[in-house]
Amino acid sequence: MSSEVLLKVSGLSMRFGGLLAVDNIQFDVKGDEVFAIIGPNGAGKTTVFNCVGGFYKPSSGVIEMAGKSIAGLPSHEVARHGLVRTFQNVRLFKELTVLENLLVAQHTQVESRLLPGLFKTRGYRRAEDEARAHAAQWLDFMGLREFANREAGNLAYGHQRRLEIARCMITKPKLLMLDEPAAGLNPQEKRDLQGLIHQLRQEFGVAVLLIEHDMSLIMGISDRILVMEHGRAITTGTPDEVRNDARVIKAYLGEE
Amino acid sequence: MGNNIKHAAISALLTAVLVMPVFGLELIRQGARTLMQPNWSFVFIAMAVVFVGQLCRPWLMIPFKAMKRGLPTLPAAPTGGNKFIIFVLVAAAVIWPFFSGRSSVDIATLVLIYVMLALGLNIVVGFAGLLDLGFVGFYAVGAYTYALLYQWAGWGFWEALPVAGAMAALFGFILGFPVLRLRGDYLAIVTLGFGEIIRLLLINLNQFTGGPDGISGIPKPTVFGLEMTRRASEEGGETFHQFMGWTFQNQHMVIYLYLMALMFALVTLFVSTRLIRMPVGRAWEALREDEIACRSLGLNPTRIKLSAFTLGAMFAGFGGAFFAARQGLVNPESFTFIESALILAIVVLGGMGSQVGVILAAILITVVPELAREFAEYRMLIFGLVMVLMMVWRPQGLLPMKRPHVELEK
Repeated sequence: MSSEVLLKVSGLSMRFGGLLAVDNIQFDVKGDEVFAIIGPNGAGKTTVFNCVGGFYKPSSGVIEMAGKSIAGLPSHEVARHGLVRTFQNVRLFKELTVLENLLVAQHTQVESRLLPGLFKTRGYRRAEDEARAHAAQWLDFMGLREFANREAGNLAYGHQRRLEIARCMITKPKLLMLDEPAAGLNPQEKRDLQGLIHQLRQEFGVAVLLIEHDMSLIMGISDRILVMEHGRAITTGTPDEVRNDARVIKAYLGEE
Repeated sequence: MGNNIKHAAISALLTAVLVMPVFGLELIRQGARTLMQPNWSFVFIAMAVVFVGQLCRPWLMIPFKAMKRGLPTLPAAPTGGNKFIIFVLVAAAVIWPFFSGRSSVDIATLVLIYVMLALGLNIVVGFAGLLDLGFVGFYAVGAYTYALLYQWAGWGFWEALPVAGAMAALFGFILGFPVLRLRGDYLAIVTLGFGEIIRLLLINLNQFTGGPDGISGIPKPTVFGLEMTRRASEEGGETFHQFMGWTFQNQHMVIYLYLMALMFALVTLFVSTRLIRMPVGRAWEALREDEIACRSLGLNPTRIKLSAFTLGAMFAGFGGAFFAARQGLVNPESFTFIESALILAIVVLGGMGSQVGVILAAILITVVPELAREFAEYRMLIFGLVMVLMMVWRPQGLLPMKRPHVELEK
């Protein structure tokens, strides 16, 4: 994947009534990097995510994906620009099986017209078989194959998190947005997650934009980090730069 | 125990309040005067019954506890054995009318119309989870499309049928487009309003639709262009019984209509069974569970909901055209809200999303009132009672069905 700028955000502001939740944020994510947004609770990280993902309409600002403006588009159209996300509290289709979760995610790629499906034409069956095979590949990759026919809601929490990432990846995104992917995971699962993100980037050439509180995870995998506080950007830089920035230390630990 | 007595006393008091205006005070006409005659004994009996019933409720409830899980849940996908059963059932349904009386075949036709409507509504309510209280509006659109095409352009049933379906689908589409952003209760209210608007339009567009009198003399469907009447409507025309060399019998028409209704119901069953296994069916299910997650994956919620709404409306349209042909006349009276409620009740009673359950419920709800004609006055009372009891004991419906899952071989 190229190291050109994939996602470009500038002058992004989001106002809820009298509250300026995001104030003039600016960053860009290159096509092959892991970019993290950190900050204390309530800093506006998830709001940035929701603006980029099309769940909120930003009050002002430019959001471009591969040179095309996506600001203000509804979320399902944003997703078609190759930008999909996971959620802070996992949002699987709990009553569908693990396999079906992955099939639904391929909805825009399978044969979803009515007549071919009604009469099970050859093209329809081939598309369904391909979708199933594709899903099976991802289940193998994530180590979830044995749970394929289980209802997603019955999976262990760590598995649910992995399934949610698989559900994103199966749409072949250019940018994967992870909202606190390590929340609720045990130390072993966190290490696995770190390896997984690294692997996704290497093997599938996907850029990653993530929000996370777990500092060791962030410092271990991020190329660059944006630090936010009270809706404003404090600094952007590599993990080392951020770690040694006096303003960041102040934001996290308070005045000395 | 003391708590129990208190509860029973309150229930008895409530009963008194409810029963008093209905049974307690009787209006008697004496010449020009109307007298009100109290009839307390009945009220006291009702209170006593409720009091004792409430006292003994914990013991009375015991046998019903089992009912909650007692009835079976249907397995999902039909296996090889099931196919044989389905074939036998269909064959029996095809042969049966030839050995049966006219009135029972007539009732069966009515049942099949309801089966078709309920299966159509099942797509909207059961599969896509959109509460539609104005379903009868689409039924009316279908019926009136055929009636009007016949009256103003002289179209026959078979030419008008696809148009009726398409018109109803178009109405579904036009209504759905702005409305499907709404959720749950709001959607229910808007669709309820839609059903009423259609009915009021039909009443008030006097010149066009014949107003409250409706349109009559609508011809029955033909058999490959052959009329099923005693005499051909045009000079030199040939009728079905002449063509076959039979003597004319009314029964033929009744059986023909029954077979057509059966065909419609089977087509609806087939289509809805396929739909739930198709990508669009999966999308409906996913959308019902989590709309935000769907959107984040690039699924357009409005479009997916619209497909369910439009498809459901289309089946209502076909049903409506058939209804118009069978009755020979349509008027707005046939398309009141109670009809929507009845169809919805069938879907809920059968178990939302369960096709077999819906078919059984359609049979129950249509046949039982026909069998118990003496109790016609109490029909709505019994109906309401059944619905309340259902919600208490079996909120998931008579025969809830597991959704068919796509399996991945190990």
